[in-house]
Amino acid sequence: MLLAPALVLLAGLLVWPVAELSLRSFADPAGPLVFYERLISVPSYLQILLRTLMFSAGTALLCLLLGYPVAYALANAGPIARGVILIAVMLPFWTNLLVRSYGWIIFLSPRGVLNEALLWLGMIRQPLDLIYNVQGVLIGMTQIMLPYMILPLYAVMTRLDRRLPDAARSLGAGPIATFFKVYVPLTMPGAMAGLLLVFTISLGFFVIPALLGGAKGLMIAQLIEFNINSSLNWGMASALSVTLLATTLAIFWIGDRWFNLGAIWGIER
Amino acid sequence: MSLRLLARPLLGAIVFAVCAYLVIPTLIVVPISFTQTDYISFPPEGFSLQWYETFLGAGPWRNATLNSFLVAAISALLATVVGTSAALGLHRLPRALARLAIWIVLLPMVVPSIIMAVALYGAFASLDLIGTRIGLILAHALLTLPFVVINVSAVMQKMDWRMVDAARSLGASPNKAFWKVTLPSILPGVIAGLVFAFLTSFDEVVVALFVTGIDSVTLPVQMWNGIRFEISPAVAAASTMLLLLSIFALAAYGAARRVGRSAPEGMNA
Repeated sequence: MLLAPALVLLAGLLVWPVAELSLRSFADPAGPLVFYERLISVPSYLQILLRTLMFSAGTALLCLLLGYPVAYALANAGPIARGVILIAVMLPFWTNLLVRSYGWIIFLSPRGVLNEALLWLGMIRQPLDLIYNVQGVLIGMTQIMLPYMILPLYAVMTRLDRRLPDAARSLGAGPIATFFKVYVPLTMPGAMAGLLLVFTISLGFFVIPALLGGAKGLMIAQLIEFNINSSLNWGMASALSVTLLATTLAIFWIGDRWFNLGAIWGIER
Repeated sequence: MSLRLLARPLLGAIVFAVCAYLVIPTLIVVPISFTQTDYISFPPEGFSLQWYETFLGAGPWRNATLNSFLVAAISALLATVVGTSAALGLHRLPRALARLAIWIVLLPMVVPSIIMAVALYGAFASLDLIGTRIGLILAHALLTLPFVVINVSAVMQKMDWRMVDAARSLGASPNKAFWKVTLPSILPGVIAGLVFAFLTSFDEVVVALFVTGIDSVTLPVQMWNGIRFEISPAVAAASTMLLLLSIFALAAYGAARRVGRSAPEGMNA
């Protein structure tokens, strides 16, 4: 059948390896849930899990805050302005993750472009602490994830029934009231899809926290890598992987049921 | 009215700032790559092409680049054949089943890359595929499969299937109908998928970090080592070359999609 080659590839390289990985997380002689118990009982593990959730939520909110005006401009701009903004949004999307991380290192380092410029202008006396910490991770992740917020919002805004805000205006609502009471609620499905997408993808980030986060920015993916490469603890790495995978799949599933997340990839309902 | 006069420049300023935020880390690598110094300084001191010589001359950078080209080309071709076949298969499934099957085919895109990396590392270790090119090619074919399916499916949804029926009723064999009618109609989607798959493989970091060995280092792995352990401007030269490749790929992808006139703009990336 036509689907057979794809299914063979998926079975051999995804289902089997992930199943085998998952089994290792229950394979401690002391009991099946030993690794999971350690996950919540060891403070440093719990701290990293919570931090992963916080960073992902923070990234999602920052993306909404920064992405909403851009999506609005895209939906309402003329063709030339729209083209320029779309290039600005899509170019980084297509650029290697490492190129962008390296760019941030050049830009944000204590002796980097931004700090040198601000020092030279006399706007600061001490270099700002923008990298190898929480700020670094959030700046890097938000830049990477912004297109995932802007595109669903833009899609909703272009499909929006323009007569509804117009009706609100003609019935006497001011522009601010119209925007917040009519326009924003109408674009909520796009915002929710964007938030879920950004949050879920952010959970598994490895490259950005590893390069821009330093010790204060450790996330779950690095903890998995550490358990494999440094402490050779496959059981712990597997338990962390199963936790991350189950969370990711659950949110995608909910997102697809409630917010038609699949539409973002062109899957019709 | 006065509010609108105030709101427009404010929106413009915000959108400009966010767009600058999006492109800064991508573009800043370009001037750095021409520096004369062997450390990073901004503005770059002097002008030299030495880092391009390091990148293009015989040595680890060139080997890694050639290896990446080889892996990306073969894995993208593999993913394109398997993915196009899968998209055709999905199209023939009953609707309810197709929806489930699409999610299964899209799984490689949904599962966090760190989990794919660790799972494949475990599986390849038991199959003796660590450090082999064939292992990485298979892994990348799996990871890029969803992008091919999405792009081909998008074109197929807009395609006029009566053309295929007409060819069949006029006596064309299923084989001939496929090569003469179906394939030419979906070709823009196939090419868009191929381009996307190539670039995705060429850029892939996390899985490559786990499954490559010293002899099969790809460009992203070489860059990773360059960023983590030396921060040399050679990474900037490599980044600039990658940026050029991205722009070229984006143009090719855009052209293919325009010909296909399919799927919502930029939504399926």
